[in-house]
Amino acid sequence: MDAEAAVWDIRLRKQLRHGTSCFDLDVRFTSSSSRVVLFGPSGSGKTQTLRLIAGITAPDAGRVAVAGRMLYDDAAGLSRSPQQRRLAHVFQDYALFPHLSVRQNIGFAARRGWRNPSRTTHDARVDPWIERFHLQAVANHYPHQLSGGQRQRTALARALINDPTALLLDEPFAALDKSLRQELRAELLQLQQTLRLPLLLITHDDDDVASLAQQLVRLDGGRVVEGKEPQGLAPGSCAA
Amino acid sequence: MSGAWVALALTLKVAGWATALNLVLGVGVGFLMARCRFPGRELLDAALTLPMVMPPTVLGYYLLVVIGSHGIVGAWLLEHFGIRLIFTWQAAVIAATIVAFPLVFKAARAAFENVDPQLEDAARTLGISEAAVFFRVSLPLAWRGVLAGLLLSFARALGEFGATLMVAGSIAGKTQTLSIAVYEAVQAGQDDTAHFLVAVTSIVCVTVLLSAGRLVPGRVMARG
Repeated sequence: MDAEAAVWDIRLRKQLRHGTSCFDLDVRFTSSSSRVVLFGPSGSGKTQTLRLIAGITAPDAGRVAVAGRMLYDDAAGLSRSPQQRRLAHVFQDYALFPHLSVRQNIGFAARRGWRNPSRTTHDARVDPWIERFHLQAVANHYPHQLSGGQRQRTALARALINDPTALLLDEPFAALDKSLRQELRAELLQLQQTLRLPLLLITHDDDDVASLAQQLVRLDGGRVVEGKEPQGLAPGSCAA
Repeated sequence: MSGAWVALALTLKVAGWATALNLVLGVGVGFLMARCRFPGRELLDAALTLPMVMPPTVLGYYLLVVIGSHGIVGAWLLEHFGIRLIFTWQAAVIAATIVAFPLVFKAARAAFENVDPQLEDAARTLGISEAAVFFRVSLPLAWRGVLAGLLLSFARALGEFGATLMVAGSIAGKTQTLSIAVYEAVQAGQDDTAHFLVAVTSIVCVTVLLSAGRLVPGRVMARG
């Protein structure tokens, strides 16, 4: 596979410490698929990998290129801030701003400066997203007043409004009822195909893999696993 | 009785300035202490809380050492700018600021620690600058706690006595705040004046507390 054509070119190393315990993350994968699912049990380093790609946490070494844009390269001394990466990030519990209405949440990124859009501000860029995600009825509601599906749609709309280059999702269906998941998976698939946006989703749910993955990357103990052979040495614990 | 109104105006001016300074200092330091990890953080926290537990006269003494005419900063100010801080209302502001600082700082730190850091991360991935993350996410979510601390610090600054007396003295109409005026009136046996001053002080304090009760739950925050 030509590295230039790769949509995802990820090589990340990071030693994570929590008190006395220590976890060595070493994740490498390249993919030219527009929908990649990162699959692994809890504690396998999925969420950390996503945070490293988004630039929320700084890796120790490696390189991150998404859709042809180099975002991090320790060899070249390049490290773009999360602000500059233009990646839409949907957090596991959606991380909606509790002090802002649905409309204000979605319009959050559309407004620069030090002040939030007011409750009464009518930003024309927000309307198409409210309609697309069927949020008209709850546009002035606060996050705690929403159903799980509405929260997810709000989080998606908020992340997509500024024309990102890729979409990162952290277990987007884990917080939802089983009956709702299938419906929202179909919505997400349709959205991805309409926007032609590269998508990286992490999950431990087989159904997510079945309905969304063009390519599957298995993660275990902080390493990418192919078949049953872990890549690299001694996964999990830190080198001395 | 016009002296009482002068004292009241001066007290409000001093407490107002002290609270304004503490809004910046307490919120800034509280935020840094909540978000930054560094060795000696808890030691610094204890040192910054010290003004709350130390006798105000001890603080006043330290302040004299620093801003007195022969003090480290005081002598320098006098030599280079001809500014004499001691026995001015500005010195009273400095004393009140330091005494009330821990109330804002403690409340602000606790409030910022209650803000989910993931919300700040989310704002960053949305392309918002670090300063905007603070003003649009962290501060609005911590505001209730910060406001409660500010009101307490205003009340504390209103009643400040010991440190103020030591660095600002008791110059009627210039540095004599309400609490000092009450003391002076009682010492001089002017019971009428004392009664009046005590009544004025009580009314001001009740007003502050009532408005605190109205302000704080008035900002209904979404839970979630």
